Amino acid sequence: MRHILRLQVGPVSFRIGSQWRGPVEQLRRLYAGYPEPEGLCDFTVRLEAERFWRRWLRPSVAIRGDYVLPDAAPLPLAQGLLAAEMGMNLQMALGQKRFLLLHAASVEKGGRALLMTGHSGAGKSTLGALLGERGWRFMGDEFALLDLDDGRLHPFPRAVSLKNESLGLFDGMDPARLGPVLTGTPKGTIRHLRPNPEAVARMTEPARPVLILFPRFGRDLEPAIREVGAAEAFMRLTQASTNYVALGERGFDALTRFVGALPSRAIDYADTGQAEALVDELWRAA
Amino acid sequence: MAASLYAADPPETLRTVELEGLTLLYHRPSGLTHFLAPPAPQILEALAAGPATAAEIAARMGEAFEIESEDPAAAIAARLSELEAAGLVWRT
Repeated sequence: MRHILRLQVGPVSFRIGSQWRGPVEQLRRLYAGYPEPEGLCDFTVRLEAERFWRRWLRPSVAIRGDYVLPDAAPLPLAQGLLAAEMGMNLQMALGQKRFLLLHAASVEKGGRALLMTGHSGAGKSTLGALLGERGWRFMGDEFALLDLDDGRLHPFPRAVSLKNESLGLFDGMDPARLGPVLTGTPKGTIRHLRPNPEAVARMTEPARPVLILFPRFGRDLEPAIREVGAAEAFMRLTQASTNYVALGERGFDALTRFVGALPSRAIDYADTGQAEALVDELWRAA
Repeated sequence: MAASLYAADPPETLRTVELEGLTLLYHRPSGLTHFLAPPAPQILEALAAGPATAAEIAARMGEAFEIESEDPAAAIAARLSELEAAGLVWRT
C-alpha cells in the first residue's frame, strides 16, 4: 500500500492503507489530533482498485482488509473517505471479539453513560453528536463497546457520520472538524464530523452505563416516553449487536447482566429539541 | 401406539436467566439463545431426571407447577413439540 494511516480509536487500532493518496489525506485531516497506535494494529483496512486498471480509469474503491464482505459494492474514488469508514466498521463488525458490539451511540456525564440504539434513521448518531456538543462527553455514534467482564462501556469516538437533513444542524461547527460533503452515496448525502477535543482526549476512559434508550424519530410523532421491559431490551439489543452470536455464552452473560441492571426507555420525537428535553427528563430520574 | 419418550440435554449444558417472567436460555451445544415462557422451562427441569413421556413429565412437575389445563399431559405435549422444533428436546 502506498499511502498508510495508523489510527487509535478508543481501545481499537486500525491500519488503513490505500492505493490512492486522496482518501488517506482526507482521513488524516478528519482524524487530526487522534493518537497513533503503539505496536501492531488490531485491524487492517485496504482500499484497492477493484481491477488494476480501475486505479486510473474511473477509479473505484474496493474495501478489503482482514475481514471482507464478498458482495460489497465498490465506491467511486470521490467517496474514498466513506469507503475507509465503512472498512473500519466492517473490521469491527466481523472481527471484534474483545467486547460485545452494540450498534448504538453513547454519551457520558459524571462518569455515567447513556446508550442510544435504534434502527437506521432513528436519530442516534445525530442525538449523540448534538449531546456531545452540549455538556455531554461523546463516546461514539456507531458502536458502543460493552466490556464482557465488568459491564462498562468503552468509548469508540470515530468521526460522526452526519446524514442528509441532519447536516444542517451542524452548520455552525468549526469547519476544520468537518469532512467533505459526500453526495450520491448509498446512504444519501454524508458529511463526517470530528468529535470535539474532550471526546478525543478521553477516548480511553470507559464509563458505567446507567440508562438504555431506544429513540424513534418521525416528523408526525408526538413526544412520548415508554418503558421497555428487560426481555424486550435484550431482544432488541441482540438485533443491534453484530457479534452477539459469535461471542457465544460470554455475550449472553454480558447482555443479560446489562439489561437486567439498567432501566430501558423508548422515546418518540419529532425534532431534536424535543429529544433533548426527553433525554434530560429521563437522565434526571436515572 | 406407545407414547413418545422425550429427552433433553443435561442442565449443565444450559445457562438460564429469568427476566420479567420469561426465561432466557443459552443452549451451549448449539450456541443459540431462546426465550421461554412457562411451562417450557419447567418441562426442561423435569427432563433433567431423565427421558419421560408427556404424562410422566406432568407427574414429575406435579405440585411444583400447576398447569391450568383440563388435560395437563396434552398441554405439555403441545409445548414439547415447540421445544422439539427449537432443538431443545428430542424423541428417543
